[in-house]
Amino acid sequence: MLPADRPLRVLAAMSGGVDSAVAAARAAEAGHDVTGVHLALSANPQSFRTGARGCCTIEDSRDARRAADVIGIPFYVWDLADRFREDVVEDFVAEYEAGRTPNPCLRCNEKIKFAALLDKALALGFDAVCTGHYAQVILTESGERELHRASDMAKDQSYVLGVLDDRQLAHAMFPLGDTETTKEEIRAEAERRGLAVAKKPDSHDICFIADGDTQGFLAARLGKSEGDIVDEQGTKLGTHEGAYGYTIGQRKGLRIGTPAADGKPRYVLDISPVNNTVTVGPATSLDVTSLTAIKPRWCGTPPSGPGTYTAQLRAHGGETEVTADLLNNELHVHFTEPARGVAPGQAIVLYDGTRVVGSATIATTERVAAGV
Amino acid sequence: MAYLDHAATTPMLPEAVEVMTAQLAVTGNASSLHAAGRRARRTVEESREALAESLGARPSEVVFTSGGTEADNLAVKGLYWARRAADPARTRVLASPVEHHAVLDAVHWLAEHEGATVEYLPVDAHGRVHADALRDAIERNPHDVALATVMWANNEIGTIQPVRELADVTAEFAIPLHADAVQAYGQVPVDFAASGLAAMTVSGHKVGGPYGIGALLLGREHTPVPVLHGGGQERHVRSGTLDVPAVAAFATAGRIAAEQRDWFAREIGGLRDALVTAVRAAVPEAILGGDPASAGRLPANAHFTFPGCEGDSLLLLLDAQGIECSTGSACTAGVAQPSHVLLATGTDPDLARGTLRFSLGHTSTKADVEAVAQAIGPVVERARSAGLS
Repeated sequence: MLPADRPLRVLAAMSGGVDSAVAAARAAEAGHDVTGVHLALSANPQSFRTGARGCCTIEDSRDARRAADVIGIPFYVWDLADRFREDVVEDFVAEYEAGRTPNPCLRCNEKIKFAALLDKALALGFDAVCTGHYAQVILTESGERELHRASDMAKDQSYVLGVLDDRQLAHAMFPLGDTETTKEEIRAEAERRGLAVAKKPDSHDICFIADGDTQGFLAARLGKSEGDIVDEQGTKLGTHEGAYGYTIGQRKGLRIGTPAADGKPRYVLDISPVNNTVTVGPATSLDVTSLTAIKPRWCGTPPSGPGTYTAQLRAHGGETEVTADLLNNELHVHFTEPARGVAPGQAIVLYDGTRVVGSATIATTERVAAGV
Repeated sequence: MAYLDHAATTPMLPEAVEVMTAQLAVTGNASSLHAAGRRARRTVEESREALAESLGARPSEVVFTSGGTEADNLAVKGLYWARRAADPARTRVLASPVEHHAVLDAVHWLAEHEGATVEYLPVDAHGRVHADALRDAIERNPHDVALATVMWANNEIGTIQPVRELADVTAEFAIPLHADAVQAYGQVPVDFAASGLAAMTVSGHKVGGPYGIGALLLGREHTPVPVLHGGGQERHVRSGTLDVPAVAAFATAGRIAAEQRDWFAREIGGLRDALVTAVRAAVPEAILGGDPASAGRLPANAHFTFPGCEGDSLLLLLDAQGIECSTGSACTAGVAQPSHVLLATGTDPDLARGTLRFSLGHTSTKADVEAVAQAIGPVVERARSAGLS
C-alpha cells in the first residue's frame, strides 16, 4: 500500500507518447521522486515511427528521453524484449492459433508493466509504477484502493487494467485518471509544460505489428493452412488460408462468392482450429446469452455469490448488464440482453458502477441459436 | 558527485580550455596562403609536433581526424582498400574480438560490403591476444592478409595488449598492424616509433582535450585509401578544413597527459587499487575483470562483474547516489547488450549482464573512492534482489 504521508519514489513508464509524459510530469509536480523508464520491447527496434504504432521505435525512445529532460527527471531504457516476446507476443500468436481472440495490451499490463516492471521497480526501492493510462485509483474511507473508470469515458482505459490484482493496484499510479481531464486538455497541458510530444498522434495499433497487418503477422508465424469456410449446416461456402486469421463477429474479408439465401450479410460465428474450419452465419446467430470465463483476477475481494454487474467485452466496447457468479474459480455470466461479438480469448471486465470488480478470460459462449 | 566514467570522457584540462578558447577567437584557414592562413597553419604544425613528441612519432606521421572513430575507420578501411588494390588476394582481416565498435563494426562492414574475410584472433581469459595466435592465423596463408588490428588497451576491462610482440610478428610478413590506442594514451607509455605499428588511433577527449578531434598515427610508408575525399589536407588521406582550436587544445592536453603519465600511473593507479580493495571488501563475490596484475591493465580501470545483478540496476542505483559509472557495454538506444568483450573472454552471458566499469581520471579523488566503498554493498544487495529481468 502506498504511504500517503511522504513523497514516493515513482518509476514512470514512458512510452514516448503524450499521455505517459504528462503522467510523469504530474507525478513529479506532485512532489514525488520520479525516474523515467522507457521499455524496449522489441529486440530489433525500427529507427522511426511509422503510422499509429505505439512505442517501440528508437524515435519513441528518444521522445521519451526528451520528455524526461524537460520534466527534469533521470531517464533510463530497460530492455524487457525477452519477457515481452514470451509473455505477450508468443501468447498472442498461440491464442490466435487456438482460435481465440487475445488482447495483447491487457496481457502487457498484466505481465509486463505491472509485473516484470513493477517487480523490478519494487526490488530497486521504488514505491510505485506510474503510467499514462486513463483510469482512476480511488482510496475508500476504509483505506482500500479501488480502480475506477476515467472521468473522460471516451478515453477510459480501465478495461485494459482490469487484469490488475490487489497487489498490483497497490503500487499503481495513474495521474491522468485522477482528475477531470480530456485528451484535448492533456495535449494542451503537454504544450504548456513544453513537452514536444504534445502533438504526437495517438497510438491505436498493436505496437509489435509495425504495419498494422495482423493477418500478415500471423501468417508469417503460423504459415498458410487452407481450410473450409462453412455455413451453420456445414455446407462449404469457400476456403480460407488459415482459420487463425478470423475473429468471431468479423464480417469483412470473408471472400465468399455466393450470397446468403436470405441476402443478409454473414459473420464469422465460430473458428475451429481442430478441423481448421471457419463457420459463418447471420448476425442473429452471433447473439450470446451466457459465457464462462477462466483465470479470474479481482481488484479487491472476489464476489461471494451471484451479483448484477455491467460488463465490458472489448477495449472500445460499450457496457452491457450481466449477472455473474463464481463457481470453482470459473466465472459464469448471463447477459440480460443477448450480446454480439463475444469471442473466446477476450477478457470480460466486470464493473460495479464505475468501479472495476475484476476480469476473466472468456472460455466458452452459449448462443441463442442452436447449432454452434 | 563521484564521476568515475573517465574512459567515456574525461574533463578537459584547464590549460586545454584556455588554449581552445583563445584560438576560437582567431581567424584563419590553415590551408590559406595569406598571413592569417599561415598563422593558423603554424598553430596546427606546432600542435602536430607537440603531439608527435608525446607519442614518439614524427610530425609527418600525425593525421588529424574528427576523433577515434574516424581514425579507426580510416585505418581499417583505408589500409584494407590500399592493400587489396596492390594485390587482390589480400582480403583477410585479422582482428581481436575485444575491439571497440569503431574497429569491430568497420571490419564487419568490410566483410559485408567489400569481400573481406574477417578472422577473430583468439584471446585469453583477460582478453589478451598472444603473438603465437597471431602467427598461427597469419601462417595459414600469409599472402591473403590485408591487415591486422589489435587495440593497445581495452576500453572495458583495461587489458593491455603486447603490441610490440604482435608488431614483430606482422613485420615478418610485412603486414600492417593497426592499434586503437585511445584508452592507452596518457595512461601507459605509448611510443609509436618503438611499437612497430603501421597505424595507431588516439582521441582528444580521452586525454583532457576537446571532443571531435583525434588523430591517426600513420607510418610514412602507408597510404590508406581515403574515407573522406576533398581538399587533400593531411597527406591527402583525410580531407577537410582543420579545426585549429581543437587541434591546439588536443596537443596541449596530449603533451600534459604524457608529461604526467608517471604521476597518473602512481596516484590514480593507487586510487584505483583502493577502489578495487574497497569493492572486494564490500562485495567479496565481485569478480575483477581483465588482468589482475597492475602491469597488465590500465592504471585507471576497475571492471567488475557482480553475479546475479543486472548492470542497468547497479547503474541506476549508483546514479541516484551521485556515483557515475558505466556498465561498460555497448548501447543501442540505451539498451544494454551483454558485452562482446566479456563474451570473448569466455564469460557466461548471464554473468556478463552484471558488469560495472569504474574508470578514474585526472580529477579523481579519495572521496570518489570512499563514495563507492560506502554505496556498493547495499547497491549490489538491492540490485540482486531485483534479479535478472
